[in-house]
Parts: sequence; structure tokens; C-alpha cells
Amino acid sequence: MTEWIQRLGRGTLRRVSELGRATVMLVQAVLGRSQVGVHWRLTLGQIHAVGVLSLSIIVVSGLFIGMVLGLQGYTILADYGSEQALGQMVALSLTRELGPVVTALLFAGRAGSALTAEIGLMKATEQLASLEMIGVDPLRRVVAPRFWAGVISLPILSLIFVSVGCLGGALVGVSWLGVDAGSFWANMQASVDFWHDVANGMIKSVVFAVVVTWIAVYQGYALVPTSEGIARATTKTVVYASLAVLGFDFFLTAVMFGEI
Amino acid sequence: MYSRRLELSVGAFVLLGAICLAFLALEVSGLTTANSQDTYRVSARFDNVAGLTTRARVSAAGVTVGRVVDIRYEPQTGGAMVDMDISTDYSSFSLDTTAAILTAGLLGEKYIGLSIGGDPDNLADGDVIYDTQSAVVLEELIGRFLMNMGSEP
Repeated sequence: MTEWIQRLGRGTLRRVSELGRATVMLVQAVLGRSQVGVHWRLTLGQIHAVGVLSLSIIVVSGLFIGMVLGLQGYTILADYGSEQALGQMVALSLTRELGPVVTALLFAGRAGSALTAEIGLMKATEQLASLEMIGVDPLRRVVAPRFWAGVISLPILSLIFVSVGCLGGALVGVSWLGVDAGSFWANMQASVDFWHDVANGMIKSVVFAVVVTWIAVYQGYALVPTSEGIARATTKTVVYASLAVLGFDFFLTAVMFGEI
Repeated sequence: MYSRRLELSVGAFVLLGAICLAFLALEVSGLTTANSQDTYRVSARFDNVAGLTTRARVSAAGVTVGRVVDIRYEPQTGGAMVDMDISTDYSSFSLDTTAAILTAGLLGEKYIGLSIGGDPDNLADGDVIYDTQSAVVLEELIGRFLMNMGSEP
């Protein structure tokens, strides 16, 4: 019994101190003085690696999720004779929920795991230690550009995902199933409010971006520098980031849309 | 230093994001049509507004002319006061205009329909419409129908 309580205490202490180390790492990486010119260029390179190279998976999944929403929504709405509400259904589910959440999950799998593996391999091959030896802060040189790149890229990817999804829904609904184009777009515009739906979806996306990228860079920075450690940290990144996104999504939804 | 191609691709990526934001604002949420116009506020008193929500359409002859912005209960009269913002493009509603709560389709959303009267003076900001027709509550209709069935010989 005592042993069980002791184990619980040890686990709690380890988690709290890990959270503290992650916070200290983030604050030092983000707030420290930096050479703006050099780090802006590093961030640019990371935006290319994290954002631009994720475009294809985001566009393809956005298109297919929009098309599936159009198809499923149509078969259900047609039962009630209200196919015109298809645009409203597709746009609201994409802007409020599916856009930010699915983009963040795909981003965690596509870019988050890569960030962890890259920083982890730098640590395992002692590149981070060498940087420190020549007087360059690895937090600012390696971690900060990757963090900012993630925070900038994910909301942009989310915007692209939602737009492509709406077009995919329109493609299936209007072009294939024959919903009237006018009522499809008019219903969408009447029910979607820019500030309430689109802007709140973007706030969600920024929160997910901070959470996912933070987890990814911390897991890479703090891992055990062996090949097994890298494998485990990469898995942890995807699992923790996905769970955190889904958990935060519930709270953000409750705060933003709960009072209706 | 990064190559020209990399900088170009990042620039195109950010530009694509801006285009998508504009698309979401203009095409999906219809931002400009809702906010850029000036409106004036007219209220209407109903006995019953069951099912009407804020942001519902206000239409005249089937054309959308405004939106419902607020719905309040009035303790003195036991009715409901509905505030509507009507676009100044449509400023020629006569003082004896009537308002009715209508339903789009059998199960569709509720909206307000305005029918113009014959008074030479027009509604202005802050005016109240008292000549109204309340929302149809399905349960009341069914109840009345059953009563009539029962009273037949």
C-alpha cells in the first residue's frame, strides 16, 4: 500500500517537473534575445519544411473530407427534404471543428514527428552539445525557429484545409448530386458568421499550433539520446499531441460555442 | 543564405493562406454583404415568437432586407419585443407596415415577413410595429384540430 502511494507520488513529481522543464525550455527559446535577421532566415527555412511540404497531404485530405461531408450530409438531409441546408452543414462543421482539429492531427503526424526526430538525432549525434561548445545557444538556434515555424504554418494550413473542404463539399453537392448552387452558397453565407465561426476556428488552430509544436520540440530536446530513445520520443509526440488537441478542442468548444 | 526557390515557395504558401482567408470571409461567411451596409433599428411586438432566433432573416416580398438582432420578453404586456436591423437601402416601409413570423418550408427556420401598408409616412429608426401576426405553434394547431374533430356530430 505504502509502495503504491510512493509510486503515485514519484510519477506525479516526474510529470510536474517535466512540465516545468518544458515550460522553461519554451520561455528561454522564445523570449531570449536573438539576432533577428539570422533567426528570421532560419524560421523561413523551417516554414518551408513544416508548412509548404505539408501542403499536399492537407489539400488532399481537405478535399476528401469535404466531399465525404457533402455525400453523407446529402443522404441524411434528403430524407427531410432539406438538401439546401447542405452548404450550411458542410461549412459549419469544417470551420468550427473539422478544419482546426483534423489539420492539427495531420500536422502532428506529418511535421511534429519529423521535428522530434530531427532535434533528437542532433542531440544523439552531439550536435546540440557542439553548438553549446562554440557559444551558440541551441535553444535559440535550433528550437525557436522550429517552434515559430509550427505556430505560423498550422493556422495557414488550417485555412487552406477549410477552403478546400468547402469547395469539395460544393463539388459533390452541387455538381454531382444536383443541389441548387444558389441556395447552397446562400444558406452557407447566411449561417456562417465570420467572427463567430471562422475567427473562433482560427483561434482554436493557433492554440493547437502552440500545443503540438511545443510537445514536438520538447520531446526531441529532452529525449534519451539513443536510437530507441528517438523512436520512443517520436511515438510520444504523436500520441501526446493528438490527445492534447482533442482535449483542448473540447474545452475551447465549450467556451466558444457552449452558451448557445 | 536560402535559395530563391525556397523563399518563393514560402511566399506562395503565405499568399495561399491569405487567399483562403479572403475566400472564407467573402464566399463562405458573406462578410461584406452583412457588415458594410448601414442599417436602422425597428422593433415589432409579437404575442408569441416561438422558434424565432437572433440573426434570423427579415424579408419583404421574399427579399432579405435585414436581420433580427435581439428578442426580449415584455413583462408589462406579456408579449415579446423583437429588434430588427433593416438596411437603409430599403427605407421606404410605410408606418402601417405589418410583420408576421413565417416558416421556410414545413420544418425550416423561422423568419419575419414584412408587408407594406398604405401610409404616406415611412418607418424610421426606433419605431415599433404593433400590427403583427405571431408564430404558428404546431402543438396549438393540432390541439385545435382535435377539438374540432371531437365537437363534430
